[in-house]
Amino acid sequence: MSLNSWGMYPQIDNKKITLKTPKQIKAFIDANKEIIPYGNGRSYGDSALNTNIIYTKPYNSFLSFDDKKGILHIQTGVLLSEIIESYLPRGWFLKVTPGTKLITIGGAIASDIHGKNHHVEGCFSECVEEFKLQLPSGEIKSCKKGDELFLATCGGMGLTGVILDAKISLKKVSSQFINQTTIKTKNLQETFEAFEEYKELPYSVAWIDCLASGENIGKCLLMVGDFCDDGKLKYKEKNRLNIPFNFPSFALNNLSVRAFNWLYYNKAPNGVSKQKVGIDSFFYPLDSIKNWNRIYGKNGFTQYQFILPKEKSYDGLKEILQTISGSGKGSFLAVLKLYGKANKNYLSFPKEGYSLALDFKIEDGVFELLDALDKIVLKYEGRIYLTKDVRVSKDTFETGYEDIEIFRNLRKKYKMDEKFNSVQSKRLGL
Amino acid sequence: MSYVFIVGAKSDIAKEVARVYAKNGYNLYLSARDTSELEELATDIQVRSGVEVKLVELDVTKYKTHEKIYEDLEEKPLGVIYVAGFMADQDEAQEDWSKSLNTINVNYTGAVSFLNIVANDFEKQRRGFIVGVSSVAGDRGRKTNYIYGSAKAAFSTYLSGMRNRLHEAGVSVLTVKPGFVATKMTEGLDLPEKLTAQPQEVADDIFSAQQSGHNTLYTKWMWRYIMLIIKHIPEFIFKKMSI
Ligand SMILES: Cc1cc2nc3c(=O)[nH]c(=O)nc-3n(C[C@H](O)[C@H](O)[C@H](O)COP(=O)(O)OP(=O)(O)OC[C@H]3O[C@@H](n4cnc5c(N)ncnc54)[C@H](O)[C@@H]3O)c2cc1C
Repeated sequence: MSLNSWGMYPQIDNKKITLKTPKQIKAFIDANKEIIPYGNGRSYGDSALNTNIIYTKPYNSFLSFDDKKGILHIQTGVLLSEIIESYLPRGWFLKVTPGTKLITIGGAIASDIHGKNHHVEGCFSECVEEFKLQLPSGEIKSCKKGDELFLATCGGMGLTGVILDAKISLKKVSSQFINQTTIKTKNLQETFEAFEEYKELPYSVAWIDCLASGENIGKCLLMVGDFCDDGKLKYKEKNRLNIPFNFPSFALNNLSVRAFNWLYYNKAPNGVSKQKVGIDSFFYPLDSIKNWNRIYGKNGFTQYQFILPKEKSYDGLKEILQTISGSGKGSFLAVLKLYGKANKNYLSFPKEGYSLALDFKIEDGVFELLDALDKIVLKYEGRIYLTKDVRVSKDTFETGYEDIEIFRNLRKKYKMDEKFNSVQSKRLGL
Repeated sequence: MSYVFIVGAKSDIAKEVARVYAKNGYNLYLSARDTSELEELATDIQVRSGVEVKLVELDVTKYKTHEKIYEDLEEKPLGVIYVAGFMADQDEAQEDWSKSLNTINVNYTGAVSFLNIVANDFEKQRRGFIVGVSSVAGDRGRKTNYIYGSAKAAFSTYLSGMRNRLHEAGVSVLTVKPGFVATKMTEGLDLPEKLTAQPQEVADDIFSAQQSGHNTLYTKWMWRYIMLIIKHIPEFIFKKMSI
């Protein structure tokens, strides 16, 4: 059985070995040329795919916890959900979490993921104190903040070797609830103003109706918030709905997207409203539906996520939203987010500005549309997020990442390029 | 909080069972022949769940030691889960008596020896639960693994009798019959995805079936129906089949 990524596209035949001990991984590295680590397959594209896969999720022991400093030492396959389950009831939470908790520590480091609080806390690598990395030679190195292997591996998409275990720092919280404020806006101008107005709050994200056109382009629901202070830490995950099979492809046409967006947008009260919500519905709304990726049908889907520098964001987003709404190809969800400063990692995605993420079903005409969007992204000096990507061209990619040559040289120096490759890294010459 | 005793804690299923019970607040005794192999798991569970974990050296085939090991436990467990198992390759077991014997001993004789002691104690205390991890392979003998299957069949029968006996004392006995499970033992085999359970799924199923006092658990649930059909194929047809 071959492993897929979350977008279910492309499907690559692969052989997997389960990470049990570094020693057995060394034998696998010695015997094979094309290898890539794989966590829980929540990356959308082809970054965790190749003919040989090191499956790391079962390598998931908790090793120690320093409750004075809040530093947790775990193996690479531990899911964020496992950490939350164990530590939220004890008053600790992740400093940085993406929109799903079903990802591994390895995946979080390799994508240097960001959350709704990027403008305050930065990327996941900020909370990584150190990790162990198994190099192509089989040697195991401890990497600390500032080391070149640290800078390359955080955001390095598994291309520097296998991350074996990591020490991450957690933050103290005193509730499993979030005080959320929802702001409904009418257009992009209002959306930008609302982001600025609420930027002191640690968490923020906007759902954009990307099929709106004309005057209404950029209308959104902006959700901002912070942890409550009510001492209620008892945390139990709700039962999850399951989508048991792939939806037929006609189920998700333009009309159903419109209907969804309309419902979503209209269920929220006008103006500004306040709610108290659990962490699962605030951070992980999609996790409550198991296998939701199947609603896009068996041909799969992709997520297009780009970021633009702050001063160019308004014009760039406007042009992109116009192009999308003109194309009639709609995204089930379009997420807009304000980011803080970039870090020093060679390939980390975030930089100061706005990013938009949209899902597209794989169908005729989609790649042409995305190529057209790429041009706009480049025109406004933006870049594309590797962990979501499955199709960007080498030129477009390179233009966005200034440190790409440093990364390539480091790969050569450690002979990483001779062993660790993904379908994506070969397409992009990483 | 009460202790749960896991016999044969090294396997992938046992590891997940241990994690589930710990997550729900139970302290643990984890046993294996060589407890040094359990140290990582014990640390994992302590860091994850903050419960007490104690390691117990126990060889299920060293029957004479069982009584003392159980007596020496400072606090008697509330539940015992027998996960120890051994599956020799059928062809090898046919040729090599020692392999057959080990299969029988780990899956059956050892279980009887240890669980007899547990059952007597639980009956006296009028509380507790016993869980035995058997197998769908015990539901009907097949040419490809009937030595293993027959030991599991004996184990299932033992558990059902014990359930009958202990019911009155308020002690519950759960027989678990996993079908295919994705474990070290089956890695590399080409198992049908829909019928193959993950160890964690099996463990969650065991926990909820035990907590709600069920008698027999097939995991995944489809196996109950698959085995129902297989059990009812008439012998004159079955003996010509290769399944
Ligand atoms: C619903 C949803 C919401 C999301 N929201 C966000 C978000 O808000 N912000 C964000 O940044 N991302 C987001 N993502 C993307 C997701 O966080 C990343 O793709 C993450 O890397 C997936 O982790 P994984 O464990 O599933 O890894 P995989 O998808 O299996 O692998 C991802 C990459 O990590 C590498 N990798 C995995 N394990 C190791 C290891 N042990 N050593 C070295 N390399 C390794 C792989 O080679 C691959 O390049 C979201 C995804 C989903 C499905």
